Amino acid sequence: MTTAPDAPEHQGFRLSQLIYDTRYRSMTIQIVVLFLVMGFVGWLVDNTIQNLNALGKDFNYSFLGQRAGYDIGNALIPYNNDMTHGRALLVGLLNTLWVSFLGCIAATVLGVIIGVLRLSKNWLVARMMTIYVEVFRNIPVLLWILVALALLTEVAPSPNQYKVNAATGEAKTSMLFESVAFTNRYTAIPSIHFDRSLGSLDTALAPISLNFLAIVLVLLASWFVTKAVNKNATKVQAATGVRPTTWWQNALIWLLPVAIVVTVLGINPEEPVLKGFNFTKGTNVSNAFVALWAGLSLYTAAFIAEIVRAGIMAVSKGQSEAAFALGLRPSRTMRLVILPQALRVIIPPLISQFLNLTKNSSLAIAVGYLDLRGTLGGITLNQTGRELEAITLMMLIYLVISLLISGGMNIFNNRVKLKER
Amino acid sequence: MKKSVFIGALTAATLAAGVAGAATLDDVKARGELICGVNTGLVGFAAPDANGNWSGFDVAICQAVAGAVLGDPSKVKYVPTSGQTRFTALGSGEVDLLARNTTWTFSRDTDLKLQFTATNYYDGQGFMVRKDSGVTSAKELDGASICIQTGTTTELNLADYFKANNMSYQPITVDSNAEGEQQFLAGACDAYTTDASGLAATRAAFANPSDYVILPEIISKEPLAPAVRQGDDQWTDIVRWTVYALIAAEEYGVTSANIDELAKSTDNPEIKRLLGVEGDLGAMVGLDKDWAVNAIKANGNYGEIFAATIGEQTPIGLARGLNAQWTQGGLMYAPPFR
Repeated sequence: MTTAPDAPEHQGFRLSQLIYDTRYRSMTIQIVVLFLVMGFVGWLVDNTIQNLNALGKDFNYSFLGQRAGYDIGNALIPYNNDMTHGRALLVGLLNTLWVSFLGCIAATVLGVIIGVLRLSKNWLVARMMTIYVEVFRNIPVLLWILVALALLTEVAPSPNQYKVNAATGEAKTSMLFESVAFTNRYTAIPSIHFDRSLGSLDTALAPISLNFLAIVLVLLASWFVTKAVNKNATKVQAATGVRPTTWWQNALIWLLPVAIVVTVLGINPEEPVLKGFNFTKGTNVSNAFVALWAGLSLYTAAFIAEIVRAGIMAVSKGQSEAAFALGLRPSRTMRLVILPQALRVIIPPLISQFLNLTKNSSLAIAVGYLDLRGTLGGITLNQTGRELEAITLMMLIYLVISLLISGGMNIFNNRVKLKER
Repeated sequence: MKKSVFIGALTAATLAAGVAGAATLDDVKARGELICGVNTGLVGFAAPDANGNWSGFDVAICQAVAGAVLGDPSKVKYVPTSGQTRFTALGSGEVDLLARNTTWTFSRDTDLKLQFTATNYYDGQGFMVRKDSGVTSAKELDGASICIQTGTTTELNLADYFKANNMSYQPITVDSNAEGEQQFLAGACDAYTTDASGLAATRAAFANPSDYVILPEIISKEPLAPAVRQGDDQWTDIVRWTVYALIAAEEYGVTSANIDELAKSTDNPEIKRLLGVEGDLGAMVGLDKDWAVNAIKANGNYGEIFAATIGEQTPIGLARGLNAQWTQGGLMYAPPFR
């Protein structure tokens, strides 16, 4: 009878076991790494404190309550130089969010179109889209932003070219449809003006026009009604097999109430007028903003196109063959069969593209668009000399924005992902 | 035990990493090189030529300090800094000295923990416009788009000036003088504003300088001074008195041409002390006897530097104005060397 060869006698715990015994090794490594990381963080903090002391600086955020003293070219909320650095921060933050929001929308629309077209059977279209993707994806986004700005600045005339010459009664350049003027500083477009105002609601952030609020409420109501109409149509379809035509009802519900409200309020466009150096009255969309927005959108669209293409190709070929067999036309196959399934694959990488775009918007400084980086991380930092405070706060804000975006997109992802039962 | 080792290691690491050195003079001497923060490129004040050699009014200050400290004005490393990065560069110890059209203000002196040494140029903020715009006064700029460098005092002055005159404007923010120049030339702004000296220097670099005018209004006081970190008094003294040595040299007629001869022949006790022939002023700030001689030899006295870099004979063509010697109705006034 053989005995199992040596389950070793109990020899007690030796220190070398921490390294050589696989039962303990991973724990040892983890603890060592933990200590190293803690040590490094501790060293960073300690070094910072010592250096701040040596420079005689403290760490506080009271500067956010002080008068800013500088002006911001494109503020979405009322702002002047008597307001605080905190308010300037808010102006910058809103600018960041605004350009990121519009950028994400434009990039998605463009990206989906390009991604789908890249799979087109049309040789020329597919190749052109390939060229688009490769060109935009492989050149740094900063350059695209600068190119966009250079184009806008160099090609468009200066505002004074629109000045009417008193002698001839003509201007060197005339406005598009008498209401839009492209200049090398901004594009002047008409703004919306109401003859009758319901007044405005003062909030801490910005005064909200009640007219605007009324229109939004009406649209919201229309949305609910059309939803009910569609639901009813589905019900009828389920019962009888025939779906009643609803498009004219829906169109009427959307358009009529809004049309009535705006007519009552007396809506009319306020056209830009050249006064002195610049256009006034209308809205001036600055070239810096357009360049940043276009640069970010075009660049990110190239990545999104690839994501969309990958998503579509991930849907099994049998799906489209089945759809064709049922007699669906290619466009409907794409819209009703392929894209909904592709979305599952598309959404997760799309989140990172949205995050990238948002973070890349901090390149705004290159074109002088004052976003969060330009106000808090630029002028405020410089005028107050609070580098550490401003940079940490800015990092924190970008972190929060990114987490919010990815949180929101994850919720969306959960709604569209494959429901396995 | 483990913990104490850990803390010990931490402390050692911290000490080794150290704090930006307290004695800048020792650092500079040990390094054998002065690191000088200068403008990213402003003709006449600080700009590299085709071969990468820096020259200009601010650069001359760097060279004079290098001469005084190291005995060799060429031992300078130039670090171009923008309006945004300059104070961080100085505060973090990346540069020893900031000679970069920097306005001496209360909050920078106190809150930013800088030490301004001695004003080397009395400036003021002005506006430049295209001649064909027909603008002749800054008061006519209501509603204009104005290019402005970010991170500067001019940014705040501009806001104050337009507010005080009840005018509006559209700020076009730029990061450097080069970018401002480009935007202004492209017509993205109606006026470009910065220190009047900077405007003159910028205009001199244009293809057709005569197509542009600098408006007569000077809307602020901008005393430009080399700056150092607060907390190193010896280094502050060295830079401050080097600048004064250049100014005093002009007052006493000491030039780079006659300095050696003058050191032997002069009877003026002030010049003797300045040039280290009599007494030992250098030792009082930890420098050699002939520190001032080396500083002056670098590019000449204040007047010579001014004439060679930004004076009326140069394309920039600035008159001495406020920057003349006090004996000639200016503000340049060096305290006594004794």
